[in-house]
Amino acid sequence: MSESYDITVVGGGIMGCATALRLAEGNMRVLVLEKSDLCQGASGVNAGTLSLQIKRVRLMEYALRGHRIWASMGDAVGFRKTGGFTLAFNDREAQLLKERQTLKRQAGAPIEFVTPKKLLQREPEISSKVTIASYCAEDGYANSSLTGQYYRACLKAAGIPYRERAPVSAIAHGSDGFVLTTSLGQVRAKRILLAAGAWLGPLAAMLGVNLPVRARVNTVSVTEPTPPVIGSVIGHATGLLTMKQKPNGTVLIGGGWQGYGTPDAGRGCVSGKTMVPNIALARYAVPALAKARLTRSWTGFEANVPDFYPLAGDLPGVYGAYVLGCVRGGFTIGPYIGKLMGDHILGQEPELPLFDPDRSFEGVPG
Amino acid sequence: MRSSWDIAVLGAGPAGGAAARIAADDGADVLLLDEQRRPGGQVWRVKSAARHFASDSPETRAGDAHRAALEQSKVTFRGETRLWHIERKKDIWVLHVLTLSGTAIYNARAVILAPGAREFVQPFPGWTVPGVFGLAGVTALIKSQQIPPGRRCVVAGSGPLAIYAAAEILRLGGEIAAIVTPNSRADWLWCLPALLANPFLAKRGAEWIAQLKRAGMPIFWRHLVTRTKGNEVLSALHVSRCTSEWAPTGAATEIPADTLCIGNGLLPNSEIAALAGLELHYDADCGGWIAPVGPHGQTVIPGLYLCGDGAGIRGATVASEQGERAGMAAARWLKGAPASSGSQRRSHRAEWLGLAMTGLSRPRRGLDSLTTPETIVCRCENLTRATLEAEIDAGAASVEALKSATRCGMGPCGGRYCLTSAARLIEMRQGAAPGTVSPPTTRPPLFPLPVAAIGTEFDYDDLPIPAPAPL
Ligand SMILES: Cc1cc2nc3c(=O)[nH]c(=O)nc-3n(C[C@H](O)[C@H](O)[C@H](O)COP(=O)(O)OP(=O)(O)OC[C@H]3O[C@@H](n4cnc5c(N)ncnc54)[C@H](O)[C@@H]3O)c2cc1C
Ligand SMILES: Cc1cc2nc3c(=O)[nH]c(=O)nc-3n(C[C@H](O)[C@H](O)[C@H](O)COP(=O)(O)OP(=O)(O)OC[C@H]3O[C@@H](n4cnc5c(N)ncnc54)[C@H](O)[C@@H]3O)c2cc1C
Repeated sequence: MSESYDITVVGGGIMGCATALRLAEGNMRVLVLEKSDLCQGASGVNAGTLSLQIKRVRLMEYALRGHRIWASMGDAVGFRKTGGFTLAFNDREAQLLKERQTLKRQAGAPIEFVTPKKLLQREPEISSKVTIASYCAEDGYANSSLTGQYYRACLKAAGIPYRERAPVSAIAHGSDGFVLTTSLGQVRAKRILLAAGAWLGPLAAMLGVNLPVRARVNTVSVTEPTPPVIGSVIGHATGLLTMKQKPNGTVLIGGGWQGYGTPDAGRGCVSGKTMVPNIALARYAVPALAKARLTRSWTGFEANVPDFYPLAGDLPGVYGAYVLGCVRGGFTIGPYIGKLMGDHILGQEPELPLFDPDRSFEGVPG
Repeated sequence: MRSSWDIAVLGAGPAGGAAARIAADDGADVLLLDEQRRPGGQVWRVKSAARHFASDSPETRAGDAHRAALEQSKVTFRGETRLWHIERKKDIWVLHVLTLSGTAIYNARAVILAPGAREFVQPFPGWTVPGVFGLAGVTALIKSQQIPPGRRCVVAGSGPLAIYAAAEILRLGGEIAAIVTPNSRADWLWCLPALLANPFLAKRGAEWIAQLKRAGMPIFWRHLVTRTKGNEVLSALHVSRCTSEWAPTGAATEIPADTLCIGNGLLPNSEIAALAGLELHYDADCGGWIAPVGPHGQTVIPGLYLCGDGAGIRGATVASEQGERAGMAAARWLKGAPASSGSQRRSHRAEWLGLAMTGLSRPRRGLDSLTTPETIVCRCENLTRATLEAEIDAGAASVEALKSATRCGMGPCGGRYCLTSAARLIEMRQGAAPGTVSPPTTRPPLFPLPVAAIGTEFDYDDLPIPAPAPL
């Protein structure tokens, strides 16, 4: 393999794939290089929640537009707009919920507060211990397992070549751009986009750039098919629980409980110490879950930088290199921010601003 | 109840039982776990109490001796205890188990895994009809229940298990319509030197064959069952000749039967080793994907040992010797002594036979063609070969990608019964050799875990209060 492209995208997750599609629309010759399979990183193992209630205020507009794109992808990605409830079980949680959801409503999310009675009318299997809930009709989910299948088909339809099992192990400056070394040989590209999720740090380092990328090791679990217990996406005021029941009856349980392991050493491990209370909390919220059986728990790496805002823009100090990643709620926002990134690389003004990777992270708590 | 031990041994078959006993004799504090009620594993499975009057086979007697030896030892045995997750936290192993009274956690400084093997059945048309059983599964039923699996049985499969199962069904008064094996007489002759080096087992085998011959059982050498007939229940099946690579050729003969016992060799249970952090590699002579071990069962992770069929299919004699060496090595390791200072007992003759029998049983590539496009490959999710191949053609080039796109292997069996075939489909489509497409990452729980059994001590007020997510 000794080929040359206008741009090479390193990392075939949702960020890399969505951007590649936009670049091809702009008539760039794009190649996607992926270390394992397309969307088997965070983009293929995440909880699939599309919820405005858990989005950051400053990212709300991006999430709203992201929701619209997901709706248009429809069945191919298992999209369902179910509405979502966030639950509070005591006064402290109720207060937290009110403060935070009010700010998010001001940012444009159509969130309302509902009484336990109204909640139970819609979701009779939810615990009567709820004291107050918030509701957002825009919320729903997609099936993250289908992300790879979906984008593989999109890349093919757009005529974008991609190479799987092709980890980039070195990046050098060439006469006209970059030379990337992969297990399949070398590739030349005028420009590159680094979209390697939790693996961004070592890649940027290949170009001498230090990005303060860290990874959380989020846990998700799923039950076997169970008679209907919930119809909408369920969250918890503390963020410790997300839950949805798929059309096939399986219930997906997340909430950001931490497993362990590092991105450079495999796929991460499930910790019994955190997985067990995650499931117990789900059962506390929906007692009927006690009848279900858990078939699988897994982990994925969610990348972030100290201020928890995206890295989306030029790679500092390296002409022709770009970076996109560390987007909180990146599954929801990915398809949209990928378009913005593509526009930027194509030299067009994105319709919403990007997030300059060259900002200072010093003194940022996190 | 006590929860901390020097050594935890998983699996109380020939390998795990021996490992536990030897380690305890060497002074270690040993816990032995098995999901079965009594020790014995697959080969020495205990007879159900309701069947105590049935006559004893040599396997039952060997099992009784195994159980008696464990009872006399200092080993603590906990039966009906299933491992669902294993983790290493600093230098301590954490074993998450499900017992009859809920979940529990045991800690140990060293762990010996002896999880045995499971059966492989190549999907073929009609293999999901009621009346079709796994061959090894039937031997388990025979051992515990001491009854034949049906009225008129066909026993089909490779290696010694088919012959053994047929002989046992006869002994218990069942009717055998035919024995169908892809092995030829010449295959067996090839193993003769290895058999003769193990006179006891050779004699047992010869007795089984003589018994079958006396009863006038037709043995179809170099034949395969290619399909079953009957929708609600099995009524008949088709048998065809096959090539030396086990591809069916020629016209089929129909044989009426209500029961089919069929198997295509054993696969090492490697999931626990993978979950414990070991990397698997493919070794056809060992039965498939295994974690590499040293002569004393030592692995690349200090304090983690692996023995028995779970380290490569070699049969009961080798399993128990491996167990002894691993048990001793683990006990010595705890005292800071090298593994080589322990038991060296090792029968190269038995290993030779084990290798020969695995060679006989191991599926050949011709079997692939039994799986027609309409054949169901993933039973839990009802996925046919054609469905899976369409996805492979669309670009799914790994088991993970195929799973994600189709749900193959995401049902209650956790992929145990379909992902071997799924990996093979990918290899075939890519023109790659067997063992090039790796199994998926193993994730807990190792079996469907009742939600009601976990977190029973959960107290809402103990929830950790996280720092609120950034606004
Ligand atoms: C368990 C979990 C649950 C989550 N739940 C949600 C949720 O419910 N809702 C939501 O909106 N968001 C959720 N997220 C966040 C979301 O999944 C991520 O923000 C998003 O998927 C990130 O996409 P990405 O493309 O940046 O990263 P990834 O999907 O990780 O993609 C990066 C890719 O780069 C590849 N790569 C790495 N190094 C190299 C190299 N050297 N050469 C070539 N390729 C390389 C990797 O193999 C990988 O495929 C969750 C995340 C996790 C982990
Ligand atoms: C169904 C079956 C029947 C067989 N019948 C015969 C036979 O009749 N004759 C013969 O020569 N060989 C037979 N074999 C081959 C046999 O496996 C070996 O000869 C021998 O039993 C291997 O010993 P072992 O100790 O390595 O494993 P095994 O005897 O298989 O013992 C492994 C033990 O681990 C336990 N275990 C596994 N996973 C877990 C878990 N997650 N939690 C708790 N416990 C667990 C199992 O219950 C089992 O008792 C059979 C194999 C199978 C799969």
